[in-house]
Amino acid sequence: MDILVCIKRVPVTGAKVVLTADEQAIDASYLSFAPGPHEECAIEEAVQIVKKHGGSSTALTLGPDAAVEQLRYAASMGVDDLILLETDEEWPPMPTARAITAAIQAQEKKFDALLFGNESADAGGYQVGIRVAHALGMPVVTGIKKLEFEAGTAVAHRQTPAGWEIYEVPLPAVFTIKEGINVPRYPSIPGKLKAKKKVIQRIAPEEGDVGLEKVRLVVPEAEASDVTILGHGAAAAPQMVELLGELGLV
Amino acid sequence: MILTLIEHDQGVIDPQTFGMLTAVRGLAAEQGGALHAILIGADVAGLAAGLGDYGVTAVHLIEQESLDAYAPNAWAACVVEVMAAEKPTAVVGVGTERSNEVMAHVAARTDLPLAANCLAVQPEDDAWFVTRMRWGGTLHEEARLHGEPKLLTIAALGIEVETAPSGSAPEIIAVIPDLTDADLLVRVISRVEPERKGISLTDAPVVVSGGRGVGSAEGFAVLEQLAALLNGAVGCSRVVTNNGWRPHAEQIGQTGTRVAPELYIACGISGAIQHWVGCKGAKQILAINTDAEAPMVTKADYAVIGDLHEVIPALMAEIEKLKG
Ligand SMILES: Cc1cc2nc3c(=O)[nH]c(=O)nc-3n(C[C@H](O)[C@H](O)[C@H](O)COP(=O)(O)OP(=O)(O)OC[C@H]3O[C@@H](n4cnc5c(N)ncnc54)[C@H](O)[C@@H]3O)c2cc1C
Repeated sequence: MDILVCIKRVPVTGAKVVLTADEQAIDASYLSFAPGPHEECAIEEAVQIVKKHGGSSTALTLGPDAAVEQLRYAASMGVDDLILLETDEEWPPMPTARAITAAIQAQEKKFDALLFGNESADAGGYQVGIRVAHALGMPVVTGIKKLEFEAGTAVAHRQTPAGWEIYEVPLPAVFTIKEGINVPRYPSIPGKLKAKKKVIQRIAPEEGDVGLEKVRLVVPEAEASDVTILGHGAAAAPQMVELLGELGLV
Repeated sequence: MILTLIEHDQGVIDPQTFGMLTAVRGLAAEQGGALHAILIGADVAGLAAGLGDYGVTAVHLIEQESLDAYAPNAWAACVVEVMAAEKPTAVVGVGTERSNEVMAHVAARTDLPLAANCLAVQPEDDAWFVTRMRWGGTLHEEARLHGEPKLLTIAALGIEVETAPSGSAPEIIAVIPDLTDADLLVRVISRVEPERKGISLTDAPVVVSGGRGVGSAEGFAVLEQLAALLNGAVGCSRVVTNNGWRPHAEQIGQTGTRVAPELYIACGISGAIQHWVGCKGAKQILAINTDAEAPMVTKADYAVIGDLHEVIPALMAEIEKLKG
């Protein structure tokens, strides 16, 4: 099976978000970057599918030249081929989906399954995978936490508050993955070395109509915090029990 | 007219839908337009009448045997059909997994932009000005939404539901959709009940949550014991699930579960924004951390500074003493 996994480079923020002066992005001068958590699991899933069923895995990202780092990370986890759709800044969902669709159509390889993250960690648009599926005429199942393949079909499990929903679709198909489907591996040293040498296919897409036009980002006001220190170490136990009592929990 | 998508499952309307209707009702009134709803399923007519209480004046009712199981693309086909016939100024869903999914299908089918999880919407002549959630709500984006009609979903968790004063029963407009096999291809073929062992994270009055500071899978034994003493559930941070110490089902945060217990006890968790969005709904937060400067400590209501491996056993001993 030939699997494509689409990932996005996002900053790894800590406890506080600082914006750039033009309010268009998170100031990432002192931050590292990673694929979003859902996508990291999608990479792991792609690698596991290929290990089980044979075939190949390809990782694709739309983003700046620096996103090569996330492609190589995917390769270090075991992905075979890498594609960069190089842009200068973040694109909204519509042009992103158009560019990914065009890039898939331009590949000689015909993928059996396209994996996306259920939603990007940063923008959270909830739509790129679905748009690509429609453009390619493929079925799409979202929010997947378990995926099995059998003779040209896939059984996909989606978790809801009311339990698991089971879907069955013919391939090729699109799946949007959620964290929890697997525990992504840490790249091995040989994996990292191999990833460094991978050739990256570069495409320069055209943005066109944006549809949803970002004006600026805003950090919402933090709720006022007024912490009461109950004490230090084991000696704080009586105060803690007092609190539990006040809250009616003991 | 604004057309709203009514989300329901197994005969019950998703409660957040009423928050969305509360928000959108004002929007429709401002524009001097009506508030319509679309209700899709096999046996859903009974859900229509109650929508009047939330200001809905007409329900486009699509009832068909083939729609007995949830089929996102077929739902979208129904929405697009009503859109074509009724020409609403906007189509609005609620910002849940399901409605975001259906609305994304609608957007893809009509090649229109979609703004997911909006917190505020301001109609303007051409593009609408929206404020939407990013990073699970820890960052907001102000944006212009183009296209005709406007497609959006409303983040409704924080909205206080209000009924409409003159809630009379809405007019029912039956629609017979033209669904193809392709529309119905992706549908729920079966369901598996959630595995229930003990009290669930979202129902528990107390969540005892552990982070990297717990140190190991075995380290969670004391957290489990404390949770059991308090009739609570165990939660954890992403570092913990990534290390394989606990299952992902217990992860609290942006890519995990959001909880709102009476008390959230954060043990050895630093308080990154992606974790914080999952626990900030708690009535009270108690942080146990060696670092008095950790954001979890400074943002919490109460904190104990110290090693959780000493603090938790001491706390349990004190509770046992109380219980005699
Ligand atoms: C897109 C994205 C999504 C994410 N989604 C989530 C999510 O859903 N949930 C989530 O949790 N994280 C999420 N994260 C990760 C998040 O950013 C943090 O990395 C993570 O929450 C940190 O986990 P932690 O607090 O356990 O570990 P750390 O940040 O390492 O903190 C450990 C804390 O333990 C304290 N400590 C250490 N030893 C002890 C001890 N013996 N006793 C008491 N205290 C001790 C330390 O002082 C420190 O404060 C996400 C990240 C990204 C980029």
